[in-house]
Amino acid sequence: MFDIIRERLHQGYRTLNYPFVSPSISPRFAGLPSLEPTSCKGCEGRACLAACPTNALRITAEGPELDMGRCLFCRACEKACPEGKITFTHEHRLAAYTREALIVRGKAPEDIEQPGIRQARGTQKRDLSLFARSLKLREVSAGGCMACEADVNVLGTLIYDLGRFGIEYAASPRHADGILVTGPVTENMRAALLDTWQAVPEPKIVIAVGACAISGGTFKGSREGCGGVESVLPEGSVDVYVPGCPPNPWTILDGILSVAWKKHAAK
Amino acid sequence: MFNYRESVAWNDIPLVSMDALCSFAVERCRRNWRLLALFGVPSPSGTEVVCLLADASARLLDAVRALPGRAYDSMTPQCPQAHLFERELFETWGIRPEGHPWLKPVRFRPAEGGKRNARPGPGQADYYRVEGAEVHEVAVGPVHAGVIEPGHFRFQCYGENVMHLEIELGFQHRDAEHLVLTSPARLVLPIMENMAGDTAIGHATAYCTVVERLSGVKVTDRAHILRRLALELERLANHTRDLGAIGGDTGFLPTSAWNGRITGDFLNITSELCGSRFGRNLLCPGGVKWDLDAELCRSLAKRLRAAYRDARGSVDVMLESSSVLARLTGTGRVSFEDARALGLVGMAARSCGVAVDARMDWPLCDLDNGTLHKRMRTTGDVLARTLLRSDELNDSAASAEADLMQLGFSSGEEACRVSVPEAMPASRLAVAQVEGWRGEVCHVGITGKDGSWLAYKVIDPSFHNWFALAMALRGEQISDFPLCNKSFNLSYCGHDL
Repeated sequence: MFDIIRERLHQGYRTLNYPFVSPSISPRFAGLPSLEPTSCKGCEGRACLAACPTNALRITAEGPELDMGRCLFCRACEKACPEGKITFTHEHRLAAYTREALIVRGKAPEDIEQPGIRQARGTQKRDLSLFARSLKLREVSAGGCMACEADVNVLGTLIYDLGRFGIEYAASPRHADGILVTGPVTENMRAALLDTWQAVPEPKIVIAVGACAISGGTFKGSREGCGGVESVLPEGSVDVYVPGCPPNPWTILDGILSVAWKKHAAK
Repeated sequence: MFNYRESVAWNDIPLVSMDALCSFAVERCRRNWRLLALFGVPSPSGTEVVCLLADASARLLDAVRALPGRAYDSMTPQCPQAHLFERELFETWGIRPEGHPWLKPVRFRPAEGGKRNARPGPGQADYYRVEGAEVHEVAVGPVHAGVIEPGHFRFQCYGENVMHLEIELGFQHRDAEHLVLTSPARLVLPIMENMAGDTAIGHATAYCTVVERLSGVKVTDRAHILRRLALELERLANHTRDLGAIGGDTGFLPTSAWNGRITGDFLNITSELCGSRFGRNLLCPGGVKWDLDAELCRSLAKRLRAAYRDARGSVDVMLESSSVLARLTGTGRVSFEDARALGLVGMAARSCGVAVDARMDWPLCDLDNGTLHKRMRTTGDVLARTLLRSDELNDSAASAEADLMQLGFSSGEEACRVSVPEAMPASRLAVAQVEGWRGEVCHVGITGKDGSWLAYKVIDPSFHNWFALAMALRGEQISDFPLCNKSFNLSYCGHDL
């Protein structure tokens, strides 16, 4: 008993006052992409397109645009671009309310890394204020490789302390306000995902976490389904997209807060 | 027979009859060889079966192949470690092992060349059933109460006692091995890192090693040290998390809470190497993509020492608690004989007294293993698996710290990446065995006539070890299941691929 108390004193208080204090993330972490407009004239070979593993880039008249819903944040395009027009900032808050808002077209604002409450990208498909005070989520892994799942799970630990925002993972869809889906949605999980979603009482929300859940990610070309959440659930059912492979836990926390808490606190 | 670090020409692998292949494998396994892989490869004259065997004492591999046709006599009755490989052959290639004691699909996927939608889904199959008026059945999953991957568990119970547990997986099947063959080269490494996301370093190391062995590329010592550092950090993070989870399931909450945080500390150290907490985008064929300078090595060593101190303290208070020890002792026992017969690997095997550890048996380089030892336990219960993890925490932390020191001292002396020729040599086979934190991650790559992949086989340690969980539950109470499950903590997607 004495040893436990002594160890407890050693382990200390670890919860971070997020979002008001910036979390410390590795300098090598790749966050929000920043794309400078360019004509791409000097690069006939389209080096960034050839380097991107998941075809997340497109070249338009104004220069490259990057779909964070497919991006693995592997920096291959950053290295490939001969003009250095593609860079990754350190900003971890990447969540968006619409699929379209995940597409990055320009330069990231200078003050992007300031801590505080920031609205998710895009506009909400519907009013989510009902969930602002308390949110119970049922997690469904549908082909997830356990990296997204681990970073979703870790939000329950004492650094992040999800409970202080009134958010919990529920053990049954019947007790949940919505589902949080990870993984590219395999053929063999199609029915289970649909059943779980249908078992959640209305009104309900859906959060898609990770490149796999958003677009199929690295498994997009699979013969076994793997088109992401929107290949199985009805169109427009996803309320928040959290990109990354896997997203940093702070990115996921920011994404969940964009439903449950931020709007409320911003008032 | 060939040296495990070398590739072998496809045409040099003897083509024998399927009966000869089976009796060869059975005979070798009797003499302490291990069945490393048994899988199908498409060929003009039908599906060929390749069998790879490994002898750790001599560090030799052996390969034979055969054309079985539609059916052959199963080797599982004589050699139980073939049971899942044979089921896989049956499901994927339609080759029936006659006399297999439990011939069911592994992943509930259509056969190669068959109709894509023709299948029974997982869970739509017959289960092993115990009949009797007082026998009842408990079904769990695929979607579980916690934040974990999907799988279905079917218990046959008499009162609270479990007579049999059948584990049915396949929900996670993403057809990853086939994707490796059809994807552009730049996508293959990310797919490898997603084979089992918590073993990204293990799978990436195995893939890079296969490519390097095929191409005959020698990686620098510095790259080997960086890879080992990442692999041991992966082990530290996962062992810490599992020890916390075992604490949680025994109701010892301090360790459960602290270890959740300390796991993050180890993952964040990995993130300092490459920006990803799971070591994504760190490795590449030919070495590693990111190097460390002396200053970063020093600061990471300091963080590592602090995290290790916290993990040690947190685990020690748990292991000093008599109520925890009482709960773990004798629970979920797997015998040495079963572990050997089923071909268990890694930590689960070592906790039953089976001395297998790819770091010592099949070293990836000539560097000294330093503080890494083959840690052994003999009781095969949850306690053994807990203490083994606790011992490996010490070894891995010391090894990672020593590696950081060495990388710091020798910074700038040697590159961490060499170039790899774009085209691989045609018609060759290479094998890589890497001790991931769960156990041996085995990859086999075979190139075709044009140097692209003809077949790529991934064998995650979970493929072998799920059956150990079923064995551990026999005769236990159903309430022991969560604890036993955590003590193995196997990968669903690593099994399902």
